[in-house]
Amino acid sequence: MSTPVAGAIEGPRTLAPLGRRLCRVTGRAGVGPYVLVAAADPDGPEPAPGQFYMLSAAAGWGGESGRPHLGRAFSVCRTREGRLEFLLEAIGPGTERLAELEEGDGLWLVGPLGIGFTQPPAGSRALLVGGGIGIAPLVIWAEALPGPGLSSRLSSHLSLLGFRSGEYAEAADLFPGHVLVATDDGTGPNAHHGLVTDLLERELAPTDVVYACGPHPMLEAVRRICVARDVEAQLALEAGMACGFGACFGCVVLTRTGFRRLCVDGPVVRAAELAEEWH
Amino acid sequence: MNAGVTAPPVDLRIDLAGVELDHPVLNGSGTFDAIAALRTFGDEIRERFPFSAFVSKTITVAPRGGNPPPRLWETPSGLINSIGLPNRGLTGFLEHDLPVLATVPVPLIVSVAGFSHEEFATLVRAVSERGEVAALELNVSCPNVKSGCIVGTEAGEMGALMRRVRPLTAKPLIVKLTPNVSEIGPVARAAQDGGADALSLINTLRAVAVDPVSGAPWLGAGSGGLSGPAVRPVALALTAEVAAATELPLVGMGGIQQGRHALDFIAQGASCVAVGTESFRDPMAGKRVRDELARELQFRSLRRVHDARGVRSTS
Repeated sequence: MSTPVAGAIEGPRTLAPLGRRLCRVTGRAGVGPYVLVAAADPDGPEPAPGQFYMLSAAAGWGGESGRPHLGRAFSVCRTREGRLEFLLEAIGPGTERLAELEEGDGLWLVGPLGIGFTQPPAGSRALLVGGGIGIAPLVIWAEALPGPGLSSRLSSHLSLLGFRSGEYAEAADLFPGHVLVATDDGTGPNAHHGLVTDLLERELAPTDVVYACGPHPMLEAVRRICVARDVEAQLALEAGMACGFGACFGCVVLTRTGFRRLCVDGPVVRAAELAEEWH
Repeated sequence: MNAGVTAPPVDLRIDLAGVELDHPVLNGSGTFDAIAALRTFGDEIRERFPFSAFVSKTITVAPRGGNPPPRLWETPSGLINSIGLPNRGLTGFLEHDLPVLATVPVPLIVSVAGFSHEEFATLVRAVSERGEVAALELNVSCPNVKSGCIVGTEAGEMGALMRRVRPLTAKPLIVKLTPNVSEIGPVARAAQDGGADALSLINTLRAVAVDPVSGAPWLGAGSGGLSGPAVRPVALALTAEVAAATELPLVGMGGIQQGRHALDFIAQGASCVAVGTESFRDPMAGKRVRDELARELQFRSLRRVHDARGVRSTS
């Protein structure tokens, strides 16, 4: 295969302390069907919004069947006074174990890893587009952006969030500022019955910068809309990762200049840099 | 040992085919990227480098993008990977990667793979003349496009490759053996007879992952290689087999997670060990294995690594 290896990309990156560190879970809360796990990280730095951590439970990792074996990558959802908060959905052996962690349990952590979101230019509005569990890195980003104005048009940012149903859409409460919600089945207060990208088509203004995270079909729709309207979009992508720090070369995405490792040259990638057939 | 008597300090230093190492724990090729680690962890990785030598990711003559994703699949206590040797190619490596790798304060071992004897010769010649390089590792798990067979699976191919590249360098040549053979002894002997200075083993075991929804192969390239604790017993058996078949120093690897596992490989005949998949879980696993190995040796009143040959770890 002749696809080259893309060159190193830089962006907002807080260096990780070397190695993994054992942290304590300080709390666990349900957010609709999702779980928000908080862990004290007294020795870690403040992550840049969009960066991620490799997580594994100190006990019971390996389960009864030898899985999970490797750590699992999670964008940080929020930070609160030296605590990191991660939004989880239990869908496999790794997330199931992490979602059942209780206060006081040990959590191995490597991070912060990768590069995060880049600030929008002065005067432009940040349009945050999240789908399902992919809303996680947009929460910390929404908190980092300047506060809301009186209307969404005059505000520094507006969040558009898509969920399966009103039950999942409870997670929209994590966001500060103006929020519009879409659900697949139309349930949930004031929810648009349809796709979050319907809201994007409606709300997108030429001076916006779009920040998106969610399932890949949603991100591909966001990419197409933004490329067609010549609006900058930064997409937080996901791929199976073994290490999170560039060692395994497993988490590549196809860009216009070749395969890029999402762990060291992402996970935030500019939409215009992705190859048409990236997804 | 009597209570209160302190065991003498352990001397972990070891000579691997003429390369002086501070301790016997290396990284497996392709399981640690020192350049990406510098970008992630900063200069501290230089100051506390987890391995006694750095084995590079395999380089080839031409640049390679690697295999289409998905490239990974987690198995019970293991990992299947199908990465496809992405690298900048020989010229890109020498220009861009080597100067950075030279700043890592341990001996550098460069892994090379050719798709013909000529490509191997080109790589060995160009890499070994660089002063930053202490030794070369030959990745013989790729097919020879001329013969169609994988060099490391045929003693005849192995011997022919060694005859081609051995005269090209005085630097140590380490041959990385593949476990995907019916008999590993004859291949190991052919490498020894051809002038290899050391052998490393095992490379990954050929493996397939099935997409649970479609039933089709999960990995973009169809199949891949299995690593991690799941392969450790296989790696130990092959290490013992190769130790019996040759007199060369061996770098044993396959699922090493703890010092005790390293001791098992040494007991089976390895001089050094390499940590691979465990570094994915714990970036400093190499240092941890080294520290634990020192304690295992001290506990048994063994002063040097090679004293552990034939020693049972489960005493």
